[in-house]
Amino acid sequence: MRFLTDRKRAVGLGSANSGVEHHWSMILSSVALVILIPLFIFTFGPILGAPYEEVAAYYSRPFPAIVAALTLIVGLRHFAGGCQVMIEDYVHGLARKVTILLMYCLSYAAMAAGVFAIARLAL
Amino acid sequence: MADVNRGDRPLSPHISIYRPQLTSMTSILTRITGNALLITTLLIVWWFLAAAISANAFAAADGILTSWFGDIVMVLSLLGIWYHTLAGIRHLIWDTVSMLEIGRAEMLGWICLGGSVVLTVLTVIIV
Repeated sequence: MRFLTDRKRAVGLGSANSGVEHHWSMILSSVALVILIPLFIFTFGPILGAPYEEVAAYYSRPFPAIVAALTLIVGLRHFAGGCQVMIEDYVHGLARKVTILLMYCLSYAAMAAGVFAIARLAL
Repeated sequence: MADVNRGDRPLSPHISIYRPQLTSMTSILTRITGNALLITTLLIVWWFLAAAISANAFAAADGILTSWFGDIVMVLSLLGIWYHTLAGIRHLIWDTVSMLEIGRAEMLGWICLGGSVVLTVLTVIIV
């Protein structure tokens, strides 16, 4: 027993058998977002409200563009994981599956649209 | 033997008999802010997509995001994202099995609530 870590003892338990992995993925994305969110707020904030030409020039620079793309990718993955838990708490049966499916579609669609737009602005 | 009353059995009272506590209220607020931020995210994706398409499309999206209504949404979003960020850090602290005593947990709750307001005001001033 003493050679097992707390995490190892929890892996595979619970009704879904995948709770530990889900929790760990939320931890990973949350730590990334603690860094990305302030960077995004202070790169996106100042340019919001600027004229079109300035916005296009600003997001052709690598730093703001990479921060924005990373924030959307990691943020929407984090959203999907958290929203899935909320749906599992409040929606039951077939409606639960359908809601989770649609929510993941929306998350990945928004991610793809955002990354495409930033890439097109940047290049 | 068959359970004829499956799914229709009385539940013992839980949420309804509890006095609201700072810890439970700040936990629910974390869920509300995290999920509500989808709206902000979609608005920002729309803004980027419009900027990538044309100057006209950008003018429409930018007009909404920088209108008085857009300003209200963005300031509330700032409050939401700062709160959710602080509450997330609180969870990272709790995951190290510290600050879990009631007094300290409630102190973290007040820090999340107060800190999010302070950070929002600072952000509005700086940005």
